[in-house]
Amino acid sequence: MTADMRKSLLLHGGVLLGLLALQYVLPAYHHGNLARVMVLASYAMGYNLLFGYTGLLSLGHALFFAAGLYGTGLAISQFGVSAGVALAVGVLFGTLVGIVIGALALRTEGVAFMIVTLMFAQAGYLTILYFGQYTRGDEGFVIALADRNISGWDLSDPSVRYFAAFIVFSAALLMCLTVVKSRFGKVLIAIRENEERARMLGYNVDRFKLAAIGLSASLAALSGAAYGVLFGYVGASFASVQYSILPLLWVLLGGAGTVLGPLVGTLFMFYLIDLSSGITTAYMLIAGVVLVFLTLFAPQGLMGELRRRAIRWLP
Amino acid sequence: MNILSARGLTKNFNGLSAVDNVCLDVPHGQVRALIGPNGAGKTTLVGMLSGRVTPSSGSITFDGREVTSWPSHKRIAAGVGYTFQITSIFPNLSVWENVALAARRKLTAAKAVEQAVRSALDEVGLGSRQAESAGDLSYGHQRLLEIAMGLAQAPKLLILDEPTQGLAGGEVADFLNLIAKLRGGTTVFLIEHNMDVVMQVADFVTVLDSGRVIFEGTPKEVKASETVQVAYLGGGDAAA
Amino acid sequence: MDFGPYLMLATLEGAVTAAVLALTASGLALVFGVMRVVNVAHGEFFMLGAVLAWWVTNMLGGSAAFGFAVALIVVPVLVGFLAVVTDMTVLKRINYDPERTIVATIGILYIFQQVTLMTYGPDARPVVPPFNTRLALPWIEFVDGEISLYWPWGLSITSYKLAVIGAAALVLVGLWVLMTRSKLGLLMRATEQDRDMALAFGIPVERVYALVFGLGAAMAALAAVLIVPIQQAHYLMGHDPLLLSFIVVIIGGLGSFPGTILAALLIGLSDGVISVFFSPTLAKILATLLVALVLVFRPQGLFGARDT
Repeated sequence: MTADMRKSLLLHGGVLLGLLALQYVLPAYHHGNLARVMVLASYAMGYNLLFGYTGLLSLGHALFFAAGLYGTGLAISQFGVSAGVALAVGVLFGTLVGIVIGALALRTEGVAFMIVTLMFAQAGYLTILYFGQYTRGDEGFVIALADRNISGWDLSDPSVRYFAAFIVFSAALLMCLTVVKSRFGKVLIAIRENEERARMLGYNVDRFKLAAIGLSASLAALSGAAYGVLFGYVGASFASVQYSILPLLWVLLGGAGTVLGPLVGTLFMFYLIDLSSGITTAYMLIAGVVLVFLTLFAPQGLMGELRRRAIRWLP
Repeated sequence: MNILSARGLTKNFNGLSAVDNVCLDVPHGQVRALIGPNGAGKTTLVGMLSGRVTPSSGSITFDGREVTSWPSHKRIAAGVGYTFQITSIFPNLSVWENVALAARRKLTAAKAVEQAVRSALDEVGLGSRQAESAGDLSYGHQRLLEIAMGLAQAPKLLILDEPTQGLAGGEVADFLNLIAKLRGGTTVFLIEHNMDVVMQVADFVTVLDSGRVIFEGTPKEVKASETVQVAYLGGGDAAA
Repeated sequence: MDFGPYLMLATLEGAVTAAVLALTASGLALVFGVMRVVNVAHGEFFMLGAVLAWWVTNMLGGSAAFGFAVALIVVPVLVGFLAVVTDMTVLKRINYDPERTIVATIGILYIFQQVTLMTYGPDARPVVPPFNTRLALPWIEFVDGEISLYWPWGLSITSYKLAVIGAAALVLVGLWVLMTRSKLGLLMRATEQDRDMALAFGIPVERVYALVFGLGAAMAALAAVLIVPIQQAHYLMGHDPLLLSFIVVIIGGLGSFPGTILAALLIGLSDGVISVFFSPTLAKILATLLVALVLVFRPQGLFGARDT
């Protein structure tokens, strides 16, 4: 056990160091992309906690991402709050939305759970459009450059931005590793594997699931909030169905129930879409093909296959 | 003192009573067997005792507390262990992790968990197979694993739903040894079809027929009882 | 226009929406009812119906009525065939697992939508209706205590819209007869009741599934062919019918045919009437919230009977 732990520490420490080092070698274009990928991968890691580890498939995570994004964006644009405080507002708001929606949605299971989360997220998306007076609807709004700094650090500056994205990513990664290794995380896995047995071992399954949703939503909200202040744009498309499907796609591709899977999936998919959007406007075709392919042939995803075939200790 | 008592326990499904006004008292440390022909309501009764089925009326007291309205996880946290009739384990997790999940609900220190898992696995003879996936075990071993999970919870009352079903002769003997070791410390409540097993391990037997308790007594008394024989012959399920 | 005539106009427009929605949603309900899977790509079959209708009428040229009549027959068959192929290559291979089917059909949704974007392009294109006479409608007014009829300006409907309502009703009655009276319907209902038992009785369940999936998609395509002379064909047009069909199927009680029709009428009509009073966005917010809450608190649907 301890040998595996050492290996895992080396691997994840190595990934973090590598990401940190890339900051100094990457050309500007990829440097910006990687910052974006790290923020979105944090979103995917939050999704993975719920889907990959607890076995709950939500189709409405865009609601939590958007709650973070808009919580932060509106706090700045409407109330003139500083970026640091706004970030906290966004995360808290997203977590709260997650717990309320989670408490309702958890009364259902399976397919009904998927549809309920989808519907709540759709209602959230439409609400953003409805209050267009403040949110500027589909068009969205830009967070002013002057507002995008935390205690003197200018978040629009590429290297500061990269570093901030790295901090968000590291926090999410450490949180996932801690959860997965903890008693709490092991119960989540038990619920995924056999919910009734977990209940009959004396675990309050409903409370564990709600906690998983809260945690997952808080990571989604953190990612949304960080996206707002780092890239300066708040738009309704981030609340649309597509942004609920994307984390599912990233996690499935990278490997559900693996800690590094979400990063791998997000990175892979980001560049796949980036490259294909240079060729055609129909770049979401790639997403569709990958989804169908994964369901048919590789439900374990990249890291999942790797774990199954070679590295059994992979968390 | 009784660890488990039921008063007037009744469960109706669509107007039919599966369990009808059952009263039970299980004293501390006893090995109690529940027998009865197929469809007598044994599984429904145990379902109510463990919290998986909500009673239509009646009350249940466990360890001095009224638990009738408690959800199952709360009863288990209070000291009820439960093993499923149809084997229910975590097939994709290791044997060790299966038992650890059972132990960890109470224990927090890694050392204590380690110890509880080891002793539970040794107890059922699966100590050497802890790294395997639980799903790869044979059926008989999966049943033993399930019992190990029950043991690791260190329950005050262990409910076993047909524990010997599908076990080979030698495995049944191992099971009997196991119950013998538990005797005195843990109260055991088992549903059992195999009359030989009942005769050997039970201190006291409750006989259920058509949802009612028709007889209670020692295994010897049950064997001699005419009421029980009629019920079994009438139920078409002669004592196997 | 006065309020009364305005409301009547909204109701008539709502009836057209309801008719098309009833067709589309019955297709989704049929698939869910028999196969117990949720087809997220259902809206794309609707979109393909509209786009192919444009394509067929354009290829043929000639009179609008002729092209449309051909499209009405050929397009649902084509789309149904495409769905059968989808079923056999994808859904069958994941053994109709409910959750994986949703993920797979999300993928299929993007594939159909994006391939349409690449071939048909981003434009919205109209199809000429086969006939389109404007029919003025009368309204009642009281003149000096006596009832008399008058024709308010703007209160009218086209003959084509009336035909859509009629055609939809006809098809739904046809589907009802197919389900209750034919041998095929019997096979479907047997499969719906108990898949394993149906297999044991030698019913070719896989073929029934493929057929049902094709039929469900063909219903959506047919609805789209009917609506495309009013709405224009566009590669993103599948989104709203999907959402509305979801709403209808869930409120109608997950797969119940009469419930689905009733819910389609309710939603379709109220969609027209509510938008008189509220903004359409608010109406949609309320509808989606209603669906979510129905699933949470009354999973058997508003019109479904409670189990036990």
